Amino acid sequence: MTNQINWEFPQALEDEAIYILRETVAQFEKPVLLFSGGKDSITLVRLAQKAFYPGKIPFPLLHVDTGHNFPETIAFRDWLVNTLGLDIIVRNVQDSIDQGKVQEETGKYASRNALQTVTLLDAIEEGKFDACIGGARRDEEKARAKERIFSVRDEFGQWNAKMQRPELFDILNGKINIGENVRVFPISNWTELDVWNYIVREKLEIPTIYFSHEREIIERDGLYWPYSEYLNTTADEVPFRQKVRFRTVGDMTCTAAVLSEADKLEDIIAEIMEAKISERGARIDDKRSEAAMEKRKQAGYF
Amino acid sequence: MEVLRIATSGSVDDGKSTLIGRLLYDTNSIPQDKMEALHAASKRKGLDFTDLSLLTDGLVAEREQGITIDVAHIYFSTPTRKYIIADTPGHIEYTRNMVTGASNAQVSLILIDARRGIVEQTHRHFFIANLLRIPYLVVCVNKMDLVDYSEARFNQIVEDFQQMLANAGYKGQEVKFIPISSLYGENVATRTGAINWYNGSTLLEYLEQVSFDHEDRNHPARFPIQSVIRPRTTEYHDFRGFAGKVASGHFNVGDEVVSLPSGQKSRIKTIEQFEKQLTVAHARESVVITLEGEIDSSRGNMLVKTDELPAQLKEISANICWMDQLPLTSGKTYLLQHGVNRVKAKVQQINYVTDVTNHTQVADKTSMGLNDIGRISLKTAAPVFADPYKNNPANGAFILIDEYNNTTVAVGFIE
Repeated sequence: MTNQINWEFPQALEDEAIYILRETVAQFEKPVLLFSGGKDSITLVRLAQKAFYPGKIPFPLLHVDTGHNFPETIAFRDWLVNTLGLDIIVRNVQDSIDQGKVQEETGKYASRNALQTVTLLDAIEEGKFDACIGGARRDEEKARAKERIFSVRDEFGQWNAKMQRPELFDILNGKINIGENVRVFPISNWTELDVWNYIVREKLEIPTIYFSHEREIIERDGLYWPYSEYLNTTADEVPFRQKVRFRTVGDMTCTAAVLSEADKLEDIIAEIMEAKISERGARIDDKRSEAAMEKRKQAGYF
Repeated sequence: MEVLRIATSGSVDDGKSTLIGRLLYDTNSIPQDKMEALHAASKRKGLDFTDLSLLTDGLVAEREQGITIDVAHIYFSTPTRKYIIADTPGHIEYTRNMVTGASNAQVSLILIDARRGIVEQTHRHFFIANLLRIPYLVVCVNKMDLVDYSEARFNQIVEDFQQMLANAGYKGQEVKFIPISSLYGENVATRTGAINWYNGSTLLEYLEQVSFDHEDRNHPARFPIQSVIRPRTTEYHDFRGFAGKVASGHFNVGDEVVSLPSGQKSRIKTIEQFEKQLTVAHARESVVITLEGEIDSSRGNMLVKTDELPAQLKEISANICWMDQLPLTSGKTYLLQHGVNRVKAKVQQINYVTDVTNHTQVADKTSMGLNDIGRISLKTAAPVFADPYKNNPANGAFILIDEYNNTTVAVGFIE
């Protein structure tokens, strides 16, 4: 694909997502929106705003804070919540560590990515949430490509990939047994490019780390890692300054940067259209094994 | 920009995954890191070629067995349109997943191995495409390289397929036959020159020109209410809007509408899409409708135009595909979900079960098993406002839910 293409956002995707959000609120008692501060969950917030307008968004956001987030993401989160007058629940992975429920990983690849599942499941149980709305997309990863819009999880948050409920036309069955909950994916059918074009169309604000900026990084395994106090480095890994941006927003310990000069949305879109590497190619958490995502989903990750 | 949804099906051996891989590859849709991951995974499996099926078989169990168990959704685009492929399993035991994947498709892509011709799975796939009334059918005769690109062989398969078409109930679809070799890329996105007797379009050329089906805009207007929006704020103190997605047809501001089941009439005051005021809402658009007078309407009710009333059904005759391990039992009560409305429904009778390979009907059945397709009669606890599936698919399908375990156990098409 070349950047000459004037790619417009397919309106049908917004109509579908709004329908799914309305079904979620109608069919469940306590929905919650899983908010990461990334572009996909920001898109979800916009869709929720539209789905219930002129009413307010009828569910809170839930942010599982690993403590290793980019400070820019947290600042953005607080700004968004204040500006739109949203309810937000924040739960900290540090608390799960302090309670002895999970253990911090060690070594230079240590990350809290896997640990957050426990904090998330505890928060779901505590809040008695029966529907967790997430911004996962099917184009991101091969296990996600298999997931339904309403994806049933058992009491332990597990996804049973081999026994998924059939999902026909746009008819959504949100009936569940006690203890189960559903993960809802309204933007399942969107691609990375659709999200960016939606952000442009809707003039949405996003965290600054998506745009080109100068930052201290190290090079490891052919990827550029953001240098921070949370990253365990070896003596030969010397940080240097470079103009980079992030294509996806996860923790500072599992999200690699891409070298980029793109400081406007149009430039980001042009860059993605020409990119030879996929979006999750910069996600270190996916690289642990071929089935890394499927395994985490089985364990309750969204 | 519009989205064309395609459902593909086939068995491991007919090269479906290679075809999809070829489409993605030739449209530059496989990023470098995914390609590298594929090389590595193929090597680990001891293969001396890059197995493109590993791209779509996303589950560990699928990669182990080399089969497709559940639907994978694949996205790619060309400068003119965006495509979603629902790659569905062809094995009989996963028929329910095939139906799931095909239910939203506008194009059904059937793959036939040129050496083997029409097999049982071709019948099954064709039968389901027919049941769903998918408007476009592309039959790709693959592995032409293994039959020396023989025109006679291709023509024979086309002839066999046409016999199948002659026996089918639904004949409204457009059918296109294309001789291809996914391995060598012949007639997928490009021509290699290996087949000189075929002057038709390649698969991609064909997909690029398929016109979008907007037939549902011409069907009777149906607006199932998902919820009532009542903000009760100072600014919107008296606002009372009905949120929903237009199922079919279109509504204009000023139209006289009836709310079902109450039968109360009113006029459309506004049609709103977030902060925008619309004058018309078409099929598949999510909007909020406000009415002139106060009428009693809530979730599960339906707004229709006074001169286009749907049938009011308490007895339903429908074709269904059974999707659960536990068999369907005559006399049992299930929950029937039609759009966003749920009612109790009792199975009165199983009229027959169809053998999809030869379209024969087996009567006198007292139960239906997993993946069976057949005709049943239901009695509902409250009227369902539906149209026959063949006249208006968007308002003519339903699912059955088992009240004891909450699973979706069947999909039905109203006669």
